[in-house]
Amino acid sequence: MTETAAYVDYATDAAPAAFVIELAEFSGPLDLLLTLIREEQVDIYDIPIARIAAQFVLRIRTLQLNEAADYLEMAARLLRIKAQMLLPRTDGEEAWDDPRAELVRRLLEYQQMREVVDVLERAGEDRRNRFARAYIPQAPAPPEAPLALSLSELLAAVDRILRIARDPAIHDVIPRAIDVPGAITIIRELLAIRARARWTDLVPYGAEPWQVLSTLLGLLEMAKLGECRVAQPRPFANVEIIRDAAGEAA
Amino acid sequence: MTPLAKLLEAALFASARPIPTEELAALDPEASKAALAAALDELGEHYDVDGHGVELVELGGGWQILTRSEYTEAIERAQLAARPARLSAAALETLALIAYRQPLGRAEIEEIRGVSVGSVLKSLHERGLIDVVGRGEGMGRPLLYGTTPIFLEYFALRHLDELPRADELAVALRAEPRAI
Repeated sequence: MTETAAYVDYATDAAPAAFVIELAEFSGPLDLLLTLIREEQVDIYDIPIARIAAQFVLRIRTLQLNEAADYLEMAARLLRIKAQMLLPRTDGEEAWDDPRAELVRRLLEYQQMREVVDVLERAGEDRRNRFARAYIPQAPAPPEAPLALSLSELLAAVDRILRIARDPAIHDVIPRAIDVPGAITIIRELLAIRARARWTDLVPYGAEPWQVLSTLLGLLEMAKLGECRVAQPRPFANVEIIRDAAGEAA
Repeated sequence: MTPLAKLLEAALFASARPIPTEELAALDPEASKAALAAALDELGEHYDVDGHGVELVELGGGWQILTRSEYTEAIERAQLAARPARLSAAALETLALIAYRQPLGRAEIEEIRGVSVGSVLKSLHERGLIDVVGRGEGMGRPLLYGTTPIFLEYFALRHLDELPRADELAVALRAEPRAI
């Protein structure tokens, strides 16, 4: 009962949408009823229904709860019990079902639950007052602007590579050693003449796949050694190879 | 402190959540159950006897190092940590019923509380305090709810048995109402 203000919420699950009203003072009609019984100091097993019902109706009016179906339903129930009590009953008749019995059972059940609530409230408060280690896992660094490519663009790129290679037929596999040192020599020779070169300068149209691979691996190796830098202005653009200072010094 | 107690302390310090006893045992496969219990005792005593600002607490089926409550105010004032929001009365009532009568369906909770509990159940579920543990037999096979390990953690309980038994409550529903 810690909320300072009532709040209204719409139930969002499958059940018919209902107002859920929770008040600072009362968590439901049974709570209000129990409070009244305590305030009026009456015996829970012998509730003066007329008095309690009148109090109940008065209270929900002052609390402006008269729109809350749960409270109205309880008010109606009380009035019904009151009406049943007014019905004449023959004295001496043994089995008289007290119309209040069901209400008493519910009130007791509710009160039992409230005791458990007290236990939980104390336990929760105890835990609330002690902090655990507040370890917050470090957020992973945001990835650098991702390549926004569609599948069709990717396939088109593969297609371009395969078209550069003269014979993409793959049923005729002949193991052929990739000549990385040879490719490096070619790239070095080219860079000795020109400070900048392009991928298409290194790999002629119609090159064999092993030549493409050799050149690629050689280029990566040289970039790793710092002999050249490799740049691509945008996805799928011609790769530029720039002679690096380290390469010149070598 | 024994090496095992130090190892446990380091592991408990590193973890943000309570560590279940089995996981503590896995830290040193050679340590016996008795040695583990002794080391936990030793660590707890170390904090209590030497007067540390933290203590070792058993909760939610595991162990955790927590700050002592006398420092809560100061820590919160310095904005180093904040206490979580309290549960509403409606949430506590609903939890109390589920804790004692689980598995329990929505209709039974509404019957006892006298109000609809749809949104309360939803928010308790979102906070991980309750979970769906099965379906009832009746009409529409209603969802049945039960409490979770987070429930035990939230109330710093070792297990559900730590709550008072229903017949220990002052208003136990033991006897039929007096003749009325």
